[in-house]
This record gives sequence, C-alpha cells and structure tokens, in this order.
Amino acid sequence: MTAALRFDPIRLPEKCEQLRKEVRAFLAEEIAAGTFDPHKPNREDTDVPEFSRKVGAKGWLGMTWPKKYGGQERSFLERYVVTEEMRVANAPTRRFFVADRQSGPVLLKYAPEHIKMDILPRICRGEICFAIGMSEPNSGSDLFAAKTRATKTDGGYLVNGTKIWTSSAHIADYMIAIFRTSPPTKENRRHGLTQFLVKMKQPGIQVNPIGQITGQYEFNEVVFTDFFVPDDHVLGEVDGAWKQATSELAYERSGPERFLETYYVLTELVRAVGPNPDTRSAEGIGRLVAQLHTMRRMSVSVAGMLQAGKEPVVEASIVKDIGTVWEQQLPHRVRDLAAFVEETATNRETLERQLDFAIKTAPKLTIQGGTTEVLRGIIARGLGLR
Amino acid sequence: MPPPQMGLRTALVRTMAFSDHRAQEDLLKKTWHARPSAGRVLPKQNTGNAVAESDNIIVETAEKIFADLADPQTINHDKKDAWKAPLWQALSDAGLPLSWVPEDCGGSGADLADGFALLNAAGRFAVAVPLAETMLAGWLLAQVKIASPGGEMTVLPASPKDKITLNADGSLSGRARGVPFAKVAKHFAVLAHGNGGVSIVLVDAGQARIEAGLNVGYDHSDTVTLDKAHAITIKPAPRGFDQTRLMLMGGVARSLQIAGALESMLDISVRYSNERVAFEKKISKFQAVQHNLARLAGESAAALAAATSAADAIANAPSFNDEVFLEAAAAKIRCAEAAEKGGGIAHQVHGAIGFTSEHILHRYSLRALAWRDDFGSESHWAVELGKLVANRGADELWPLVASR
Ligand SMILES: Cc1cc2nc3c(=O)[nH]c(=O)nc-3n(C[C@H](O)[C@H](O)[C@H](O)COP(=O)(O)OP(=O)(O)OC[C@H]3O[C@@H](n4cnc5c(N)ncnc54)[C@H](O)[C@@H]3O)c2cc1C
Repeated sequence: MTAALRFDPIRLPEKCEQLRKEVRAFLAEEIAAGTFDPHKPNREDTDVPEFSRKVGAKGWLGMTWPKKYGGQERSFLERYVVTEEMRVANAPTRRFFVADRQSGPVLLKYAPEHIKMDILPRICRGEICFAIGMSEPNSGSDLFAAKTRATKTDGGYLVNGTKIWTSSAHIADYMIAIFRTSPPTKENRRHGLTQFLVKMKQPGIQVNPIGQITGQYEFNEVVFTDFFVPDDHVLGEVDGAWKQATSELAYERSGPERFLETYYVLTELVRAVGPNPDTRSAEGIGRLVAQLHTMRRMSVSVAGMLQAGKEPVVEASIVKDIGTVWEQQLPHRVRDLAAFVEETATNRETLERQLDFAIKTAPKLTIQGGTTEVLRGIIARGLGLR
Repeated sequence: MPPPQMGLRTALVRTMAFSDHRAQEDLLKKTWHARPSAGRVLPKQNTGNAVAESDNIIVETAEKIFADLADPQTINHDKKDAWKAPLWQALSDAGLPLSWVPEDCGGSGADLADGFALLNAAGRFAVAVPLAETMLAGWLLAQVKIASPGGEMTVLPASPKDKITLNADGSLSGRARGVPFAKVAKHFAVLAHGNGGVSIVLVDAGQARIEAGLNVGYDHSDTVTLDKAHAITIKPAPRGFDQTRLMLMGGVARSLQIAGALESMLDISVRYSNERVAFEKKISKFQAVQHNLARLAGESAAALAAATSAADAIANAPSFNDEVFLEAAAAKIRCAEAAEKGGGIAHQVHGAIGFTSEHILHRYSLRALAWRDDFGSESHWAVELGKLVANRGADELWPLVASR
C-alpha cells in the first residue's frame, strides 16, 4: 500500500497572529536593550539565562502544558508561532529550547507526579536547562547499540559509561538519557534500554567540552562513574524505552527550527541586492522564497495535524528531510548570488560574516537529531518498502 | 451539459447513478500494469480541506469517470484516440468543464475549491482533454458574466510574454504561443488590451489561424494568431483584473495537475519497486531505491502542499494582494521543480520499462514536465517573485512568509 501523504492547507488561527505581534514586540525590546544581536548568529555565548527567564515570565515556555504544572494550555499552533519568531530573530534560545520542545513532554508523559510538580513549573519559568543523552561513542544512528549501563542497586541504579555529542550538557540542570538496564534479547535487539531523568552537576558526572568546526563549544562528552539515579527517576517502562522513543520524535522533526537555522543569510542577501535586483538575483531569490514558503506550509500543516491529535510520523520526517537539506544548501545558494552583489552594498560585511558562519554550520544540519539517511529509512517504511 | 435549471450536484448524482462500467472495471483489474489512483486506498479523514478530500462529490464523480473512461493503461494502448470523445462527453454530461461558471451563465456553479480539487484529481490521471483549459476559459468569461458556450474552450494568451490587442474597431489582433488545446477548442476566452484598458472577449475559434504543435507531453500546444478577428462578446474586465491574475490562476491549475501527477508517479513507483526483482530481491529492499522513493515522496508532498495552499489562498482571498501572489507564484515554481526531480526519480526506479511508450509512466512524467511551461515557467515566476521580495525590502520578507 502506498501511504496517502496529507498536507492540508492549514492556516494559523487569528489568536496566533495576535500572539505573533506580542512576540515580535518583545523581541524588538530585547534587541533594543542589547540582550542579543539578531545579526550575529555566531555570538560566543548563546546561553543567556535572563532572556530565558523573561520568556518564561511571558508564559511562552511549556505553553501547551496543563496549568497545574505551570503551563498555559495553549495550542501547538501558538507554540509554533513563538518558536518561529524566536528562530528568525536569532534569539538565544539554547537554555530553554530542548526542555520546552522535548524533555518537558517526555516528563509529562512518563514522570511520577511529584517530579512533574517539581520540575515542569521550573521549565515554564525558564529557570532550568535540559540535555538529551542518547548518542554514545559507538552508538549514533543505531540507538539500540547504547552500552552505558544502569545497574540495579538499593533504591535506584548505578550508572557507568559515556554519552557523547550531548548539546548543552555543560550548562544543563537535567538530562533525559537512555541507559542499558538489560542485554538485548535474541528476538528483540531493541529490548533492554530504559529512559532516565538525570540530575546534572553532581559527583559521578564529568562533562568534557568538545570544540566544533564553527569554533563554538556547544556539545560535550559526559562520563558517568558509579553515578546514582533513584528509582523514581525511571521514565516509563524498564527495558522498554524503544516503545517510547518514536512518537515524540514527530514534534522534534517538523518544527520551524528544521528549515530556519540559516535563514538569516537570505534576509541579508535581499538587503544587499536592494530594491531593484538584476534578473539573476531576482530569479535566485524568487526560487529560494518559493521553497521556503512551501516548507513552511508543510510544517504548519504537520503542526495542525499534531494539534488535531494525529501522529503524522511520515509527514514529519519528510518535512525534516526536505527542510534540513534546504537549510544546509541555503548558504551556498546565497553565496552563489552574493558573488554579484555590488562592492558598495552597505551590509556587505555583515553578509560575508554571516555566510562564513552559516557555511560552517551547514554540515551538522543533516546529522543532528537523526541523519538524512535514517529519516529516509523512516519515510521508506511509511511507504511500505521495509 | 446539464439542463440549466439543474445544479451541478444533482447532475453529478444522476451521472453516477446511470453509469455502469463494471464490466470495464473488471477488465482493468486484470491488466498487469499498476493502475493509478483509482485503485489507491485513500484513508478518509475529514480535515475541512476540499482539495485533499476524497468524499467531495465532484472529485468522486470525476474520479469515477476518469477510472472508467480515462484509465491510463487503456488510453495508452488506444492508438486511435477513440477514448477522447466518450470521456469528453461524460465530463460534459456531468457539467465538469464548466464547474467554475455560475448557473446563470450556463455552467454548473461549483465553488473555486471544488474546481481546484477536480484539477488535482485530473492530474492524478494525467487527463489529456481540455478540462482544465475549458474550466479556466469559463472562469475568465464568468468574471464579466459572459455566458459560456458548450464544447471545448481554451484561454488566450497562455504566456505572460504574449499580448492580445483589442483594436479600436472591436476586432482582436496578436499572437499567442503555447496555447494548450487551441487546436481542438471551439471557442477562445481572450484577455485583450485596448485603449480603454483590459477586456475579456469571447471569440469563435474559426476566427483564428492556428499552427498546431505538441508539448513534451504530446498534448496540443499551439500558436494562435488573431488578425483583426471578429469577437462574439466584449466586456471590460473588472477593476484590477489583469493578465498577471489570469496567468497565476492558470499556474495554480497547472500546479494542482502536477501535484496530482506526482502522487500517481509515487504510487506506481512504490508498487513497481515491490514487484520488480533484481539480484533475487525485490528492488524495494535496496536502500538506494528506498531513499530515492523517500525523496520522490518528499517532492510529491512539497508539490501537493504548495499547490493546495495556493488553491486555498485563491479560493478564500478577499483581494488579490502580495500574499496571494506569493502563494500562486511559489506553487508554480515549487511544483515545476518537483516535476523535474520527482519525475526523474520515478523513471530511475522503473528502469528501461519506464522509458517505453508501452508503459504508462510517461503519461505522467512528460505531462508534468510540459505543464511547467504553461502560464509562465518557474523561471518567469521566480524573477517576478524575487522582484516583489526585493522591492518590499529585506525586513518585510519574513512577515510576508509568516502571513501565510
Ligand atoms: C551539532 C550536533 C548536536 C548533537 N546533539 C546531540 C545531543 O544533544 N544528544 C545526543 O544524544 N546526540 C546529539 N548529537 C548526535 C546525533 O544524534 C548523531 O550524530 C546522529 O544520530 C548520527 O550518529 P553518528 O554521529 O554516530 O553517525 P553514524 O550513526 O556513525 O553515521 C555515520 C554515517 O553513516 C550513515 N548511516 C548509519 N547507519 C545507516 C544505515 N542504517 N543506513 C544508511 N546509512 C547509515 C549515517 O547516516 C551517516 O551518514 C548531535 C550531533 C550534532 C552534529
């Protein structure tokens, strides 16, 4: 059977547009106050705790969660608007982004009540930062090869092993990690991994920063040595993490951050060519805008389906596949066109500086959060090919 | 044509009730090539989207007619084009070519969204009769309440580069290239420029000189020359209505057809990959093939999203503004790109069999490529969209994109 792919022309409701105005006004104020510079995606310090707390105070973190946990019970489409406006403004979202998008929803679903009551409101206030501990030195795309062990002991588990590429681990207060609690079985090689909540900044955890080709330090090696995790920090079924891993990925895959990561170079190119572009620039810009618009319409469509309680796994993977490949190519297409920009363009230096950074960023975009090849495997499964 | 007092829905229900093609269907089921979308299992979900909805009665009727009388496999073996007349007759009996013409102008008064959904379905069958063209012509004439005559029609011009002139004596002059199905049209709906501005004109096809041509999909794409041609009816276009609007409407129609063709190309490619064996495996088990098909799914999805979004924008637009321009131009650009990339993959997956005239794949792949050229190519619209974006300024780009 061929899956019928659905991308209905969903429009954001009116209340989203009101919210968008509020977000833009807030960001403009923060830019004016010097909290961040929207033209500098390559700033050294992307962790800005006071910005995180201000966003929390606005009620824009955990906005879809129940009120009793500090949420606002607003829609995914409203969250979508906040996310895309922050991304386009190059706002420093590092501190709260993972918690808001991924970790919070996992806790909502699998954490015991007292932990939810403790942690979720702090995420909503923008106070705490989360990391994701999936990858290991010998387990990347093949998640189920993870070896970091959690061995049962009195009242909890002792963890030994190494996670790697862990974004933000150096600033994180918590990590949601996958550890091996049993060996895989013959019938099911995915069996034996358990999801845990890990409190960071404690003895038994060592975080070693790893430099990236962009010059930034944003991911790390995290070494666990006889690190104790209490029983109530188990998230979901022991040995059954494989059942929990897939559905939440739909949220991770199809958001605006999956095609807007290098968007700033397009804005800057439009600025550089000015109001009367030559034919080549106009054609190049027109195509890029058409592609951008199409992806955003696809992404909004998936957000609408999520809001309606559906699980558009294949559609979400398609958005991420097309979106990440596009944002990866964008700096190079912009560079092609920038070759013809007048020497006198006032923002020439800004454009060149941004291109340098975007070109260095580009390779990671089709690797982080699941490679292109892995995504295409998921799409192929959805098409009934595997 | 349904009698004028009968609405489209009534006419459709009647058509469905009277058609009995079961024997034909049984026969078709036995053919060894994959059937296209008629056999596709679309999960029924009500999402409020007319274009994607399969319980839309207009689409359902059309799909039934296409399945019965325009099955790509049957058509492909019919070297004498004997299928064309019965198909056109059935479509006309159901009132579909004049979907966008109000009942008081001789049409069946469907809304824009239903008509767009119909065009998407026509694309899924790579329908090669002037259904889209007659719909567009009827729509153009209806802008100024000129009643549509029966029979095949097409619109002039069909390219942003061509202009037709309305002379002071009320005759028309000019040349329009690449006019789809001009050769078989009985009438032309013309957008003409005169001293008093833009007019919409109904012309008998006999008034024109036609040099027949074929596009890469083997459909008529003709050069029409009007030399002081006599008009049947001339009316000034509504305020603000111009050639750009006609081109974008035509472009969205083509976008929906391309998206439909890609859906079918994905469908038949996936099926074929699950049948064809090489190296003692189904080729669908090779990762390279899987990834190619995943990319085809992506192109098909992008085309569908862009085209249905543009259709939705036009169907619900209070006015023709920059936002609608973005939607319509982007759809044509992105769908044209998808036609190239997606169609290329469909061929690659099929190997040599897909390169034969015997196989139905080319009915979709070549038409999708041909449709790129009508009503302004993607290069044309990219330049126009780029100019619009540059003119609004860098800081207005995101607000424009986000407004959709
Ligand atoms: C900037 C950045 C931030 C990251 N942040 C985090 C984080 O916070 N937490 C975390 O847990 N991880 C993080 N990662 C790790 C990321 O999830 C992995 O890099 C990714 O899953 C790929 O794993 P790998 O690097 O081990 O590559 P491998 O899995 O070794 O893959 C290498 C190549 O082989 C291909 N390949 C592998 N298997 C197959 C297959 N079955 N079929 C076809 N091709 C295959 C891959 O597609 C890739 O091209 C981050 C990575 C980056 C780049």
